[in-house]
Amino acid sequence: MAVRLSQVMGRRLIAGIPTLWLLVLFLIPFIIVFRISFSEVRLAIPPYTPLINWHHGAPHLEVHWSAYSFLFTDPLYVSSYLYSLKVAAVSTLCCLLIGYPMAYAIARTGDATRPLLLMLIVLPFWTSFLLRVYAWIGLLKNNGVINNVLLSLGVVHHPLALIQTDFAVYIGIVYSYLPFMILPLYANLEKHDPALLEAAADLGARPWRAFVGVTLPQSLPGIAAGSLLVFIPAVGEYVIPTLLGRTDQLMIGRVLSDEFFENRDWPVASAVAILILLFLIVPILLLQRVERRQMEAGQ
Amino acid sequence: MRTRGWFARIALVLGLVFLYVPIVSMIVFSFNNSRLVTVWDAAHSPTLRWYGVLVHNEQILTAAWLSIRIAVTAASAAVVLGTLAGVALARFGAFRGRLLLAGMVTAPIVMPEVITGLSLLLLFVAMAQLVGWPRGVGAVTIALAHITFCMAYVTVVVQSRLAGFDESLEEAAMDLGARPLKVFFRITLPLILPAIASGWLLAFTLSWDDLVITQFVAGPGSSTLPMVVFSKVRFGVTPDVNALATILVLLVAAGIGISTVWMRYQQRRRERDLQLAAAANL
Amino acid sequence: MSSQPTPAAAPSAAATPDAAHYVRIVDVSKKFGDFTAVDHVSLDIRRGEIFCLLGGSGSGKTTLLRMLAGFETPTTGRIEIEGQDLSRVPPYERPVNMMFQSYALFPHMSVEKNVAFGLEQEHLGRDAIRRQVGEILEIVKMSGYGARKPHQLSGGQRQRVALARALVKRPKLLLLDEPLAALDKKLREHTQFELLNIQQRLGVTFIVVTHDQEEAMTLGTRLGVMNHGRIVQVGTPSDIYESPATRFVADFIGSVNMFAGEVCANGADGLCIRSADLGCTVRAERAAGGAHGATVWTAIRPEKVQISRTPPEGAEAAGGENLVAGAVKEIAYMGDTSIYLVRLDSGSMLRVTLPNVLRGAERPIAREERVWLSWHGSSPVVLTE
Repeated sequence: MAVRLSQVMGRRLIAGIPTLWLLVLFLIPFIIVFRISFSEVRLAIPPYTPLINWHHGAPHLEVHWSAYSFLFTDPLYVSSYLYSLKVAAVSTLCCLLIGYPMAYAIARTGDATRPLLLMLIVLPFWTSFLLRVYAWIGLLKNNGVINNVLLSLGVVHHPLALIQTDFAVYIGIVYSYLPFMILPLYANLEKHDPALLEAAADLGARPWRAFVGVTLPQSLPGIAAGSLLVFIPAVGEYVIPTLLGRTDQLMIGRVLSDEFFENRDWPVASAVAILILLFLIVPILLLQRVERRQMEAGQ
Repeated sequence: MRTRGWFARIALVLGLVFLYVPIVSMIVFSFNNSRLVTVWDAAHSPTLRWYGVLVHNEQILTAAWLSIRIAVTAASAAVVLGTLAGVALARFGAFRGRLLLAGMVTAPIVMPEVITGLSLLLLFVAMAQLVGWPRGVGAVTIALAHITFCMAYVTVVVQSRLAGFDESLEEAAMDLGARPLKVFFRITLPLILPAIASGWLLAFTLSWDDLVITQFVAGPGSSTLPMVVFSKVRFGVTPDVNALATILVLLVAAGIGISTVWMRYQQRRRERDLQLAAAANL
Repeated sequence: MSSQPTPAAAPSAAATPDAAHYVRIVDVSKKFGDFTAVDHVSLDIRRGEIFCLLGGSGSGKTTLLRMLAGFETPTTGRIEIEGQDLSRVPPYERPVNMMFQSYALFPHMSVEKNVAFGLEQEHLGRDAIRRQVGEILEIVKMSGYGARKPHQLSGGQRQRVALARALVKRPKLLLLDEPLAALDKKLREHTQFELLNIQQRLGVTFIVVTHDQEEAMTLGTRLGVMNHGRIVQVGTPSDIYESPATRFVADFIGSVNMFAGEVCANGADGLCIRSADLGCTVRAERAAGGAHGATVWTAIRPEKVQISRTPPEGAEAAGGENLVAGAVKEIAYMGDTSIYLVRLDSGSMLRVTLPNVLRGAERPIAREERVWLSWHGSSPVVLTE
């Protein structure tokens, strides 16, 4: 490209404005969270100790580990972290098991019906997430639709405890995040050359062998992208466990929110956030890598 | 081949049933007369009773109006910022700061919302201390937060649209004498307009729907619709929320239905044109 | 470096310096990081000619073209048109237009709008634009298609629109990036001649980049062969085919039989080379001197070799020079010609092409048949690098 001052200025502006915006409203906020996580709570405005104290005119760094040591000594936090990871992992697996055959079926249907099917997958995503989770309350409650049907059919004699269970949380997460699993899988499966399966069959592979040997390995990037897109936000999920989940075992997102809003303990809330991020940094980097590769391959 | 094809097809049907049963049941029970929501009151149903309750609910209407205003603002600003970022990432090659921008722009998509919400609130508090602005949390801080996570989606949509377009289109325009700014407005912008439009809709929906981040950065007197709904449904099912959900679902379905029909029409016209061109081939 | 004589400097150039140095590429290099795409290229293009840059992928030909268009800035050196240095001029201010390999037609504009785009940038009046667009569409025979969108056109039609769009501004120099690559074989031949026709009519100077030697040969008044970022040889198509300067050029253009050998005599009647690979002595009448004992390569085009069942007359008198014997191993029938692969007594393979002049001629040479191969003393080309 010919180098010109006005052009260079223009480019700097185009890239610079969004960069600046994200620096101020995305990166700096994280630095603040990081910094507050090393403070102690106090009754003041703001409700935490400053990081740098001025003693006789000289700056004095004050680092408190109390928020973190608190997290590791109180079993509530440790169990919440582990529980969140378990819920996210199980839900991701369920999403994959349900979503893969669906994506496969869509990729194999004719050109005429495929847009309709894709629209049906995406449509719930455009309606309110909150209201879709809410809909499950009506289905799962003790006097909800499912229990009423089962009772009237005589399958059960007492209403099943469906809501406020792990099962309800799995249902809620799978239900809400299923499109995020199906779409990247579909995008991957749709690109597969049908001649590869024909070649496998021609070489004597039975359909199942051809699937395991040809289709599955090729769809690994789609599986990775879909699974990460479900797993990462599921770990920090707040609405679904609050509306559908247990009251005796909280997920970590809820713990963070409660620390902040109920206990007004900003340093502990910040430390919880930092530790969630530590758990997620590897999956997030992995996802960015998968997506960058796909974008490059697409070009 | 055959067995697996059937397995996948059955899974698809069951999956779609799974996706739509809750929505359908919500719509059905919005016409139920009973306050007990899930018990069908056959004597007095269907009824529009809860729609009447809904349109007279001052709190919901106020919140909906606030949500619309925030969503329009956030989507519009996010489209501008996201387009800039998308153009930079797709067209500027390897520039200084590319990695920073690319990393930051996609991160809000996957970041757990509680963390984004917490960090943004702490930023606003710190800013208020340092520069005296914003004076408090409310509609402005909600909009700022929404712009930040919405622009990520717009960037992705715009960037992938641009990646699908031959860069030589812009070079050709420049070669024919158009300056960079003109190239952008005459060539690049018209090409990515569909992406920008869908980016705007996506951003609008995300902003309109967001609860968790909004809860952190909202203040007293600035309750958005999801906040009001959440506080209502947290303590059980309320029939007027069913009515609200039905209206939203029908609006979205109508919108998507119309756009699908339109796209199909365009597609068909395009195919016909291609056949004509092939017939006229030299 | 810039003082080095350009191979293109023909004697007639001195008479009309302006025309001979219409476009000057002076010691131009382009580096992308550590990679040198174009390496100290100097080249003069004459006014009104079609100059073909020929090379494989990664040879630097496209980078050179993009520097001429202004999309890349040379790392060193300069590019002049009619004595004006354009190296730092942005593409939108250059009197140069380009026809892209992908055609790069704006999909959201009609054919007319596409062609008018360049004129609109010059702020011409509406009537003038309409007239000029009409004229150029007439020339490329696309008059009736002004209102169509690019996706409503066939590949050949798109190519014409792209050409019209690049020509309508009457550029001082038109750059064509693989102009025929996207067309199928039949259409390509037809378009080739039409392109020549239009170029002669408008008198615009063309620089064509191509990897297709056939395209380069038929289109180009002169060719520049590129390899590893350098110009290896510049000349007319027949210069390059008949007298390649290096082994690379000989091998890249057409097919060739190449054998290493040693210079054994250097007399008035040409150079004498003894080649163990070939199993005979080669006399090259049109080769310049070479030191006695130096290793050289002789290149002989397959169509310049005669094939016969008996030794040709007078072969004995020549003392076995330019004559070898062998057995036919493969015959490929190509329609207009046949290719014979002959295993020589030395063990090497030699390729011969013969035109199939007569239909159902006398008993053709068959596989495994023993044959004599000979060539005229003017045929071998002697290469030192």
